[in-house]
Amino acid sequence: MPEQHTTPQNSSVLVEIKDLRTYFFLAEGVVRAVDGVNLTVNRGVTMGIVGESGCGKSITAYSILRLVSPPGKIVGGDIFFYKVPKDGSSSQAEVINLAKVDPNGETIRNIRGNYISIVFQEPMTAMSPVRTVGQQIMEAIILHQKVDKKTAREMTIDILARVRMSNPERVVDEYPFQLSGGMRQRAVIAMALSCRPQLLIADEPTTALDVTTEAQILKLMRELQEELGMGIMYITHNLGVIAEMAQEVAVMYLGRVVEKTDVKELFFHPLHPYTQALLTSIPQLRDALTRQEKSRLNVIKGMVPDPYARLKGCPFHPRCPVMISGVCDEVEVPEIEAAPGHMVRCHLYTSH
Amino acid sequence: MSETTMPKVEVPNNGSPVITKDEAFYRASQWQLVWWKFRRHKLAQLAMVVLSIFYLIAIFAEVVSPWDPLHRMKEYAAMPPMKIYFFDYNGNFRGPFVYNMVFGRDPVTLRPVYQIDFNTILPVKFFAKGDPYKLWGLFSWDRHLIGIDQPDITKPYPFFLLGTDSLGRDLLSRIFFGGRISLTVGLIGVALSFIFGLLLGGVAGFFGGVVDEVIMRIIDVLISLPQIPLWMSLAAALPQDWPQLRTYFFVTIILSIFGWTSLARTVRGKMLSMREEDFVMAARLDGESEWSIITRYMLPGFASYIIVSLTISIPGMILGETSLSFLGIGLRAPTISWGVMLQDAQTIQTVSQLPWLLWPTVFVVTAVLMFNFLGDGLRDAADPYVT
Amino acid sequence: MTDQVQTAEPLLEVVDLKKFFPIRRGYFKRVVGHVKAVDNLSFYIMEGETLGLVGESGCGKTTAGRSILRAINPTSGSVFFRDPHLGRVDVAQLDDEKLRVVRRSMRMIFQDPYASLNPRMTLLDIVGAPLRAMNIAHGSELEDRVAEMLRRVGLRPEYMRRYPHAFSGGQRQRIGLARALAPNPKFVVCDEPVSALDVSVQAQILNLLQDLQEDLGLTYLFVAHDLSVVAHISDRVAVMYVGKMVEMAETRELYTNPMHPYTEALMSAIPLPDPRPRQKRVLLTGEVASPANPPSGCYFHPRCSYAVDLCRTREPELEEVKPGHFVKCHRARELSLTGVSEILARQ
Repeated sequence: MPEQHTTPQNSSVLVEIKDLRTYFFLAEGVVRAVDGVNLTVNRGVTMGIVGESGCGKSITAYSILRLVSPPGKIVGGDIFFYKVPKDGSSSQAEVINLAKVDPNGETIRNIRGNYISIVFQEPMTAMSPVRTVGQQIMEAIILHQKVDKKTAREMTIDILARVRMSNPERVVDEYPFQLSGGMRQRAVIAMALSCRPQLLIADEPTTALDVTTEAQILKLMRELQEELGMGIMYITHNLGVIAEMAQEVAVMYLGRVVEKTDVKELFFHPLHPYTQALLTSIPQLRDALTRQEKSRLNVIKGMVPDPYARLKGCPFHPRCPVMISGVCDEVEVPEIEAAPGHMVRCHLYTSH
Repeated sequence: MSETTMPKVEVPNNGSPVITKDEAFYRASQWQLVWWKFRRHKLAQLAMVVLSIFYLIAIFAEVVSPWDPLHRMKEYAAMPPMKIYFFDYNGNFRGPFVYNMVFGRDPVTLRPVYQIDFNTILPVKFFAKGDPYKLWGLFSWDRHLIGIDQPDITKPYPFFLLGTDSLGRDLLSRIFFGGRISLTVGLIGVALSFIFGLLLGGVAGFFGGVVDEVIMRIIDVLISLPQIPLWMSLAAALPQDWPQLRTYFFVTIILSIFGWTSLARTVRGKMLSMREEDFVMAARLDGESEWSIITRYMLPGFASYIIVSLTISIPGMILGETSLSFLGIGLRAPTISWGVMLQDAQTIQTVSQLPWLLWPTVFVVTAVLMFNFLGDGLRDAADPYVT
Repeated sequence: MTDQVQTAEPLLEVVDLKKFFPIRRGYFKRVVGHVKAVDNLSFYIMEGETLGLVGESGCGKTTAGRSILRAINPTSGSVFFRDPHLGRVDVAQLDDEKLRVVRRSMRMIFQDPYASLNPRMTLLDIVGAPLRAMNIAHGSELEDRVAEMLRRVGLRPEYMRRYPHAFSGGQRQRIGLARALAPNPKFVVCDEPVSALDVSVQAQILNLLQDLQEDLGLTYLFVAHDLSVVAHISDRVAVMYVGKMVEMAETRELYTNPMHPYTEALMSAIPLPDPRPRQKRVLLTGEVASPANPPSGCYFHPRCSYAVDLCRTREPELEEVKPGHFVKCHRARELSLTGVSEILARQ
């Protein structure tokens, strides 16, 4: 049984991840995909998670929904989900530690798709190709909301209209392959939102889309968030998308959150050398269009280390331009609140 | 696991080289990687060992089997399997031996039975002297890997670990010789399938268009024919008076009639998809000739798939031979194959009285299973570049 | 282009390039229509210049790059190239023998660093392939050249005996670059060379491309969908929509003063790494037209908020509205569209 207790304080917290560790036990060695992540997602707020491939951003999300399957395993930490009953029977949140529930049990199945939904990068993989869009959305509605087929169909058409699908009465009976990439992603979002989740996890939902379609989907998600008031965990590698979508941002590197603050602070006063380097290594339109000579981008030397390697001290130290010898490669870095609401994990801000 | 990537090495401008896996891995060719991956598949490795033993036995059948498989010993007809003992009835250790068997009748039922002659101990030896033979028709010898020394081969002492058939021939020796036919039917059939499949599939995939259409339609027609009846009618059409070798050869051809079709499809599909690969386009832009693109870029890319699909089709051929021969329309006595041997076990009476005649089934099942395990392991290892 | 006297002759000149893929249906594979992947594409590239070719997926930019190199044969049109060995030739018309010569000087790098390298060949064989196949070098000479190329792209020559599986995406892209540059080319088609890479690796490869361009005097056709990357690396940019070029201009001009509504929409959709809200954003509605069944008139008219009756009936010509600024829009002269100037003013 999940541990259940109620906390009266801070009702805006939706998900609280504490020291989460998700490891993959492979023949080649142990991959510490998520290695001590602390994160909080608040109601109605978009938390952006940004990082390069292999940083553990998706695995963090999958851990919340307990979608990590062997050889992956949550080996430590807590994921507290503050579940407010949807029927309005109580405004008190019930706290469920998702890290401890049975990954195939009743508790998580009631939460998945109902309280917490996910939108994947590839819309085609999230939908069955042999059933209509409507059938798939209705299934989730009937499963979680105990309504009859006719009502479910009406609700489906309504939600398709909400994701600005032109002609929802027709789309409801169409198969996913009949839709374009952007429409398909809208259908997937509709499916994710069909039960009015309290948390929406968006795992690179626009990476496979074109810029103009991406802009449409981003706008749609912002509008839906305002309408439905859900919390969003937005995972991407694209700093431009983060800037548009997120109010708070966590930067991940090698399974850890290295910096966490609100979006303005992150873009204008980044503290971690990795964040600073990331921001200067992307081509900036303004620089490109104002320079006289062709300029060069700032480069983070080296590359993400071998996933099986376990580095002493700060995991970024081999690539860090301001590495302090004897400290960064030796001493484990704690999380430091360098400014109010600005967490960073770097020895520059510790007394070593 | 979308997030983890290949092992990484540092970029040279990083100063200190951090090589995380040994150079041997980085320099490993496709086949080395396949082998490394295959080695993790324990069942497939077991299958490989078992099959190697089977084929070694088939190759050295004359030496390995204790008897000449055609040697009829009327005095020992229909004898049940004998046991190997290590201690005599006094409890003394005597090394491996068998007791002599004498023919007698059951005093109650009056049916013929073999009784143990506890006074005659026949020690089991390696390279015992027995039936003379010519290994592969070349080397004359009279030693058998395991057996008992026969002072006079015209009056042999019994040594029948799996019993004898109704004509008094040693079943174990016959199984070993039968393996020679039954196990190679698969290999030769597969070799023929391989040639046809690669050639026709390659031609279809490479030229495309009308050639492709014609070959694919032929395959469609072939695979829509019911396999067993076609095999049966073709096999039944083989003249009874043909020499053994020719019958054997034609049976393998009949068996490979279907075998090549699936391979041809695989090859064609791979050719078509490979042509679209970026690295093939790059090769074309590098000025490589078509021949070089096919042989150096495309063929190595699906060679492993061909091997897998061949391995998986061998058991079908083994079973095919066994069924045809069992039905009496494939190979016929005096040729020895597992199917021919099972013909002796066709009636309930024989099965109930001489159940050991079913031993060839065990070998057929084992061989087929092992090929399937091997195929499984190879399939997993076939493409070492997908993670 | 006409034969007018110019300050310099372009290195590459594409004239009315078309690539149609037949659509076949039914049992007899009858041709029932064509996908007009590239339709009447014309542009030029000067020596040492980088032309960015942008557009959304399916707009034909990759097909255009491949047709220019004859990686696929164009349906019609000309590709004039100033070859160092053959002089000015029309690549689209060359026979196999001459094509092989031209391909020394016209090379390509691919988007997918995993699919573009044969996993079953060592670096020596991969990078050495063009040298061997084009009869440029053999034996120890070839090895020396491969070593030099690897060094040039920032890889150790000792890696020569390794297979691609030993390398990460960024390193593989370097290998692809070494292969492209091995026969000492003049012109390289870069087909989305950084879009499959991580942000930090992307910067490394972009810098390398620029360094090599300066050192070796290369000319690039840079095909990409990321408008920030294109702005960073290109001297001029061409925009494609459903197989046709809709606008082409010098980079700064195109980004700050777009004259085609589609370009405006593209600019507006760029996700900027800057959390401050943008003032005016033009969001497109509807779907990209199908190149198999394009709309009448201007292909963009069903999604264009400025469309008038003329746009629905007549297809506009690509016109040089300002010197060096080509636009394919009936209303190019009258519209005043928004580019990204707003960003330039920001602190």
